[in-house]
Amino acid sequence: MLQPLAFYLFSLVTLLSATFVITAKNPVHSVLFLILAFFNAAGLFVLLGAEFVAMILVIVYVGAVAVLFLFVVMMLDTGFAELRKGALQYVPIGLVIGGVLLAELIFIYSAWEFAPSITNNIASPVTAESNTVSLGLLLYTDYVYAFQIAGLILLVAMIGAIVLTHRQRSGVRRQKIKEQNTRKRDDAMEVVKVTTGKGV
Amino acid sequence: MTPEFMDTYFWPLLFILGHIGAIIGCILLVMAYYTYAERKVLGAMQRRQGPMTVGPFGLLQPIADGIKLLSKETIIPSQASKVVFLIAPMLTFALALVAWAVIPIDAGLALADINVGILYLFAISSMGVYGIIMAGWASNSKYAFLGSMRSASQMVSYEVSMGLVIVTVLLCVGSLNLSDIITAYRPWWMQVLLLPMLFVFLISILAECNRAPFDLPEGESEITGGFMVEYSAMTFALFFLGEYTNMILMSAMTTVLFLGGWLPPFNIEALDFVPGFMWFVLKTFGVMFFFLWARATFPRYRYDQLMRLGWKIFLPFTLIWVLVVSGTLIYMDALPGQLE
Repeated sequence: MLQPLAFYLFSLVTLLSATFVITAKNPVHSVLFLILAFFNAAGLFVLLGAEFVAMILVIVYVGAVAVLFLFVVMMLDTGFAELRKGALQYVPIGLVIGGVLLAELIFIYSAWEFAPSITNNIASPVTAESNTVSLGLLLYTDYVYAFQIAGLILLVAMIGAIVLTHRQRSGVRRQKIKEQNTRKRDDAMEVVKVTTGKGV
Repeated sequence: MTPEFMDTYFWPLLFILGHIGAIIGCILLVMAYYTYAERKVLGAMQRRQGPMTVGPFGLLQPIADGIKLLSKETIIPSQASKVVFLIAPMLTFALALVAWAVIPIDAGLALADINVGILYLFAISSMGVYGIIMAGWASNSKYAFLGSMRSASQMVSYEVSMGLVIVTVLLCVGSLNLSDIITAYRPWWMQVLLLPMLFVFLISILAECNRAPFDLPEGESEITGGFMVEYSAMTFALFFLGEYTNMILMSAMTTVLFLGGWLPPFNIEALDFVPGFMWFVLKTFGVMFFFLWARATFPRYRYDQLMRLGWKIFLPFTLIWVLVVSGTLIYMDALPGQLE
């Protein structure tokens, strides 16, 4: 009884907050609803018995990606009303794109055939190990190349973002820790014997 | 009510609620006297007396403070985004409490001894940043906003090195379950290998809790209290409670990861007569004292120094250490035994 109850609760909140993401007037509220949706999706994963995926979803999406998202949206100083004003003229294009995606989804779903081994496995396969262990065993043996390539793509994306945004500007005053730490007394000061009446 | 219903739902529910109540009660008590301890320790380190007047040795001071905060007026700025403004402190406090569900205080004495305990802790602590960001944004005030921006980047930065530190411990232990982490056998060389990670972790939790010397989000001398500048009375009290509960939580996390939880120090058998939770509590108190000690000792970091420490020193160091630890484990044939 409790599990279906939790399922309906999580999915209801997920769907509602997903709706609010697109209907909220204020972009910051949208992002906050998005976070709520992520969090409830993690709850659904826990109900599926996929606790590792659930926790990683919270750590990566809620704890890191969405924080940066929120960070950027908050810093944007655009008039929210102004943003709304132009939005109406994009509705036809939006509808066309949405329609195309929906049609594609329907095509895929109608043409999709599941392999018998998959249909037999719809309920999560019961293993003695926790799903963290079984995931790890799969990822680092059968799918090790795919895993490494995924990591490499992420690395390239990261380096690309840095290369694109990094600017070399002249005249920026930076703290050079190494120079500061290697500075000796002799580099910085000089002891002078001052004779009275003459000055330095 | 059928007896079956009572047995399957009612009594377990009551038991869980009682357990939760006990945990929250203990934490609130410890937290209240942690504020007292902080003032006393800071006082002693600065050669003053700390709170003295309310009750014997000022022991009733935290209670008096609590009553004062309860009886004050909650002010909501007229330009604030009201709902978010009120949710932020509640979220901070709730997250600080929720994480306690998986902390094993003694063998088998955790509310939920789940398989991915350490990930759960990490997930909850990484969500802690939302309370602060929401507070800073909803206050609609420049100082609060600056404070929350600082906090967000600080917490995200230090989470990276914290995550890698946790990875090194997990490499040695081979389980994400907190009880397994505590009871896993660790030879002396493994302890030595993890010692630098303990120091990185201790510094990172200071930054994660926004505590001195990394308390830039508050920065009372430059941004007048940072993200909580607009908060008063109970809303402020919730932030305060959340911050201290988080500190206790991080201390407990250090105890679990590095200090051997409820086991007696160095596994000395003669010390077995002391009940396990006593060791857990003593070790946690030790780390909590470290928080206060650091606050009394170090001046506040500058923002760029903080970022430099996080990204240019801790991140490369912990990343290399993950390689060192895994290399050593392979060399010593000591990988946790799933793949033999």
